[in-house]
Amino acid sequence: MSVTDTDTPPLTALRSKDLLGIADLTAAEITLVLDTAEAMKEVGTRPIKKVPALRGKTVVNLFFEPSTRTRTSFEIAEKRLSADTLNIAIGTSSVVKGETLADTALNLEAMSPDMIVLRHHSSGAGHLLSRICRSGIINAGDGTHEHPTQALLDAFTIRERKGRLSGLKVAIIGDLLHSRVLRSNIQLLTKMGADVWVSGPPTLIPAGMRDFGVTATANVDEAIADADVIMLLRIQLERMEGAYFPSLREYFRVFGMTQSRLRLARPDVMIMHPGPMNRGVEIASEVADGPYSVILDQVANGVAVRMAVLYLLAGGVDHEEAA
Amino acid sequence: MDADRIGRTLTRIAHEIVERNKGVEDLALVGVRTRGVPIARRVARALREITGDEIPTGALDITLYRDDLMRHAVGPQPLVRRTEIQFSIDNRKILLVDDVLYTGRTTRAALDALIDFGRPKAIQLIVLVDRGHRELPIKADYVGKNLPTSLEQSVQVRLQEIDGVDEVVLEGGA
Amino acid sequence: MKKLLKGGRVVDPRSGIDGPCDVLIDGRRIAHIGRDLPADGATVVDIPSGLVICPGFIDMHVHLREPGQEHKETVATGTASAVAGGFTAVACMPNTTPVNDNANVTTLILTKAAESNLARVYPIGAVSKGSKGELLADIAELREAGCVAISDDGHPVATALLMRRALEYAGMFDMPLIEHCEDPTLKGDGVAHEGFHASSLGLRGIPGAAEALGVERGVLLAELTGSRLHIAHMSARASIRAVRKGKEAGVHVTCEVAPHHFTLTDEALGAPIAYDTNTKMNPPLREAADRDAMIAGLVDGTVDAIATDHAPHHYDEKQVEFDRAPFGIVGLETAVSLTLDRLLHTGLIRLPRIVELLSANPARILKVPGGSLTEGAPADITIIAPDLKVRVDARSFRSRSKNTPFDGWELRGGVAATIVGGRTVFANAATGLQNL
Repeated sequence: MSVTDTDTPPLTALRSKDLLGIADLTAAEITLVLDTAEAMKEVGTRPIKKVPALRGKTVVNLFFEPSTRTRTSFEIAEKRLSADTLNIAIGTSSVVKGETLADTALNLEAMSPDMIVLRHHSSGAGHLLSRICRSGIINAGDGTHEHPTQALLDAFTIRERKGRLSGLKVAIIGDLLHSRVLRSNIQLLTKMGADVWVSGPPTLIPAGMRDFGVTATANVDEAIADADVIMLLRIQLERMEGAYFPSLREYFRVFGMTQSRLRLARPDVMIMHPGPMNRGVEIASEVADGPYSVILDQVANGVAVRMAVLYLLAGGVDHEEAA
Repeated sequence: MDADRIGRTLTRIAHEIVERNKGVEDLALVGVRTRGVPIARRVARALREITGDEIPTGALDITLYRDDLMRHAVGPQPLVRRTEIQFSIDNRKILLVDDVLYTGRTTRAALDALIDFGRPKAIQLIVLVDRGHRELPIKADYVGKNLPTSLEQSVQVRLQEIDGVDEVVLEGGA
Repeated sequence: MKKLLKGGRVVDPRSGIDGPCDVLIDGRRIAHIGRDLPADGATVVDIPSGLVICPGFIDMHVHLREPGQEHKETVATGTASAVAGGFTAVACMPNTTPVNDNANVTTLILTKAAESNLARVYPIGAVSKGSKGELLADIAELREAGCVAISDDGHPVATALLMRRALEYAGMFDMPLIEHCEDPTLKGDGVAHEGFHASSLGLRGIPGAAEALGVERGVLLAELTGSRLHIAHMSARASIRAVRKGKEAGVHVTCEVAPHHFTLTDEALGAPIAYDTNTKMNPPLREAADRDAMIAGLVDGTVDAIATDHAPHHYDEKQVEFDRAPFGIVGLETAVSLTLDRLLHTGLIRLPRIVELLSANPARILKVPGGSLTEGAPADITIIAPDLKVRVDARSFRSRSKNTPFDGWELRGGVAATIVGGRTVFANAATGLQNL
């Protein structure tokens, strides 16, 4: 029985109070986030880039790993929604000497933040926090587990260009073993019906890859043949020490994305990279700066996607109240 | 109200707009989503027939400005849709268009949203139906029909563009 | 003081008994075993139907944490936990602080055990000084002080050469070397079994091969030296393969499996609680094929003993990120129920085999008294209730620590009573036992 004087838009929700991983989202929920992000993107084009949706809400950005890019993106998103933001950057040395994550969480909880955006070096840190805190937790990257908002903004960027996700061939190349962006993207893309191929040195392919519903191969050319989207993952220079591959030079020769290799993909292929890039290692400079690259679009879309996530998690509506 | 009545009512409103504003210079229409949008377009069409001029028309989603958001810790959120206002509203007279005026809270939200887009010269409110029971000091400048209602009743506006049929129906109540 | 356990079923494979039988206890010893024994001045304890009288269970792999880590457990709380779990004796590992590599620590442990006067405690001494893997510990001194075996548990013996020497030296006393089998470089800084679940959760993996490599090394060295080797907490199917081959070749190798390795798999990492640190132990919970191989070994005799690797940790230590949490879970108070529920009631093995795994074989491997109810032997008896409905409640554990993944589990089978040296040190009233 409607008591509103304008039609109430359909109520929509994410089932959980947290966003810990794409693994916990259904395809419908993913679509909801992307659709909401479209509306949020428009806010960024206005003269006053602000809406009062999260007015009076407190969001804490709790970052145990340094990150200018992600933290700034979240901060802008929070401020555009009129939330009060609080940035806490914890150096790794204080983790060793001082409070446990659990104690930090309990102290924060006493101040009743509405949401906590957490980036941490341990996989599962968000899950631990979620068990301790009543606030909603948004995972901004936990160890090598997931980075859900990255995958969501990648999906948004792809959908914007290609109009869909289903049926696209997406190739993800690089250090698969240590990448949380990989795990989130695999979860999202397979749920949305994309054909996902992953490639990298065999030493960097996680165990049980086949059970993720993707095709894994050390042959990069096979992976990118006719690909609609190529995502490149960062190679951390320290990995050489773990004997994962002999040298950066060899990595670039065998696995690097060069202009010539790119010809194997579709002519309208999108090149994506979560950043920061190692030019000359996983990606040739010409490719990074070339016309196929949407790397800067990804950054712009990050704010819209994060606004959507914050909005969907941060509150509720009393259905009975009159509009 | 039936399709015919609605048509004639909007035409009448278009004439009132021209008369009151002494022409259509600097006018722009902004429909409040969802059903305010097709009504705004129809008014624009009527104005074009009368004056020959094209009036810029936009769509405004006021979900993020609602005063009943975030009142509960968990729960569903209303779905947010895109706002599309492709023109500057600075120094224009904005005709805000909605289907039903009831408590006035939607209009208040729309005013807040519009102010964030710029500084209009004036804002006037067009509604198809005014059903009374205001909770805020808001009044419409152009009313299609005054429809006294009780709180238990609901007013359903259906439009060809969205619902496949044009009608205004009063439901429920004693 | 005489007690007659009347009308119960006795299962004692070493004596060849499996059926209705009475047991007469006189003071600290078993006086007589037979059918329809006369009371003769003894207190008669009627054994309710369904209960089974077994030789006292011996857990040959527990961590009592004293000296040095008493916030996790002490000899007193650990032995209380043991008898509540149906164990009349435990063998405790030397990775205390300081390490049990000398008579002083051994004596401390034994003194504490005597003070608590609950379960018997058989200390296991270190292989190397400080378990550092450099110099041999004073093994003869340890033996004299009361150690029944040697181990550097927590990690493998550091080098093949040292392990060879230790096997040869301990062979002098026919003491077994109990080895935590692992190749440290393959294990690396892994925290969970290398497989799909660890990959999904972003946890660094430990392949089964890391353990199997250690087992292969141990079996070869046991063959070379002719000494006795016991493989601790086995978890990987490749390890069982290596043990089987070793036994076939006549090597003196024995092995144990913990209840969590025949019950859980690495699926537990993600559900029901994601990143539950009570599913983190070393060796880790592995995939279904490994768990099934452990069960197959329990069935076909390749596995000699069930031992819990009871590893208490304080709540605060486990309430951290998964990769920072210490390895290990408690096990003394869930072992019997898990064994009965998962191995007996599924029809996989019968009670005599269970008694072998929990009593006869541990006694034989450690060369300690017990393992069988013979006349004149100490009256160490475990009475189990195979049909008792049990709900695991970590808060009621006697152990100081509650780090278990089995909290809330409903299992079929439990402990009715534990008798050490003729004294009832634990009795479960819910089973209807009275007068004990």
